[in-house]
Amino acid sequence: MTLARHHGGGVIVLTFLLALLLTIIPLPEWLRYLRPDWVGLVLIYWCLALPERVGVSTGWLMGLLVDMLTGTLLGQHAMALTIVAFLTLRFHQRIRLFPIWQQALTVLVLLVLHQLLALWVSRFIGRPGPPWYYWAHSLMGMIVWPPVYFALRSLRRGFRVS
Amino acid sequence: MKLIFTQGPSITARLVVFVALSVVLMTMDHRQQHIESLRAGLSVVVYPLQMIVELPGSVYGWFSESLATRRQLQEENASLHTQNLMLKAQTQKLQSLEVENIRLRELLDSSFQVGQKILVAELLSANLDPYQHQIIINKGELDKVYPGQPLLDANGVMGQVVHVGPYTSTALLITDTSHAIPVQINRNGIRTIAIGSGTINRLDLPYISNNADVRPGDLLTTSGLGGKFPPGYPVAIVEAIEHDPGQSFAHVTATPTARLDRSREVLLVWPGETHALKPAAAPAGDASGADAPPVATEKTP
Repeated sequence: MTLARHHGGGVIVLTFLLALLLTIIPLPEWLRYLRPDWVGLVLIYWCLALPERVGVSTGWLMGLLVDMLTGTLLGQHAMALTIVAFLTLRFHQRIRLFPIWQQALTVLVLLVLHQLLALWVSRFIGRPGPPWYYWAHSLMGMIVWPPVYFALRSLRRGFRVS
Repeated sequence: MKLIFTQGPSITARLVVFVALSVVLMTMDHRQQHIESLRAGLSVVVYPLQMIVELPGSVYGWFSESLATRRQLQEENASLHTQNLMLKAQTQKLQSLEVENIRLRELLDSSFQVGQKILVAELLSANLDPYQHQIIINKGELDKVYPGQPLLDANGVMGQVVHVGPYTSTALLITDTSHAIPVQINRNGIRTIAIGSGTINRLDLPYISNNADVRPGDLLTTSGLGGKFPPGYPVAIVEAIEHDPGQSFAHVTATPTARLDRSREVLLVWPGETHALKPAAAPAGDASGADAPPVATEKTP
């Protein structure tokens, strides 16, 4: 679509693979409830950094893999991440200019939306409501956003991903 | 040159398409089992990821096994030897009882199945959604695992297989809120249904009437009535009974006998398939498991 050639697609794929691994890596019981939504974070980053490369379809595909890996209803995370990717793309020019703490707050909103959509689906099919600490995943996501952002940015610059 | 508005209005279109696709997928996955083949295909796609997650554990297991001292091995061998002797002695008694049982049942003209085909499977360490009680095991369609197949551990019933892929399958534990299992009280044969509570160490028995003879410590075994679980396997032990005079049913809770959150090795059972006695070779702590040949162990009939 663009005239410029794309570079470093492998880096994007690798970061997504790493996020998927972190999603299922075995953790002690209490830490499982604090696991941030790694795939969501990486997706938001690439949607902000390279909106012409990573977008709605990537979000859907990654969501489908998350569904498969975590054993949820097929399409549950796919739908949620599609919408998260869409909103990030819609506002990427604004979010990019935010200072990092404000960006983290925006990420919190997006991650909560992801969880809310997933929760809505699971309630819809008759699963019981999760405990209050369900929302800790999103809070952890907000806390780890700055390091994730800087790490992925240096990766992107180091490998000249465009 | 990079264009800013390369995607234009099409992202909205894509959003609509993908959300619609997701909704269709979810409906099909929930309502019917039409997309089991899609699930099986995707399970092959995610299999490498699950294997990578498995790697540190299997490397550690391999190291600790190959670096174990001679003394440790000897001690372990000795204790296993003693255990084996004890189990053998118990089996001897069991065999004579079983034969006697069959004879008595023949007198009564009722059928009784003894011996079932059993396969040892191992849990993959990958974490699933923490709010659902599901596990992944390293046996799949290639080992003739089928949806609905019962899953046991050394102490009792664990759950049943829900999705089967070529190399792996997903199983639902008996404590998941969407799971129910027909049971009976071992002491007096009262039949009821045990429903998952969503807590890993509790089952609910909501259909026991207030005047039923239930005591804490009663063993619940599978009744075999649902047709999915073979009869006679231990499921849970009754923990507490609360009588509410305003309700027609007592509030009974039970603790599963299987170690649902700790077992690494599980047993897959094929009810109704009897197999001749073969020397059993257990996989020796091989955590990778996937390429190990399926080991069919079976109970002596």
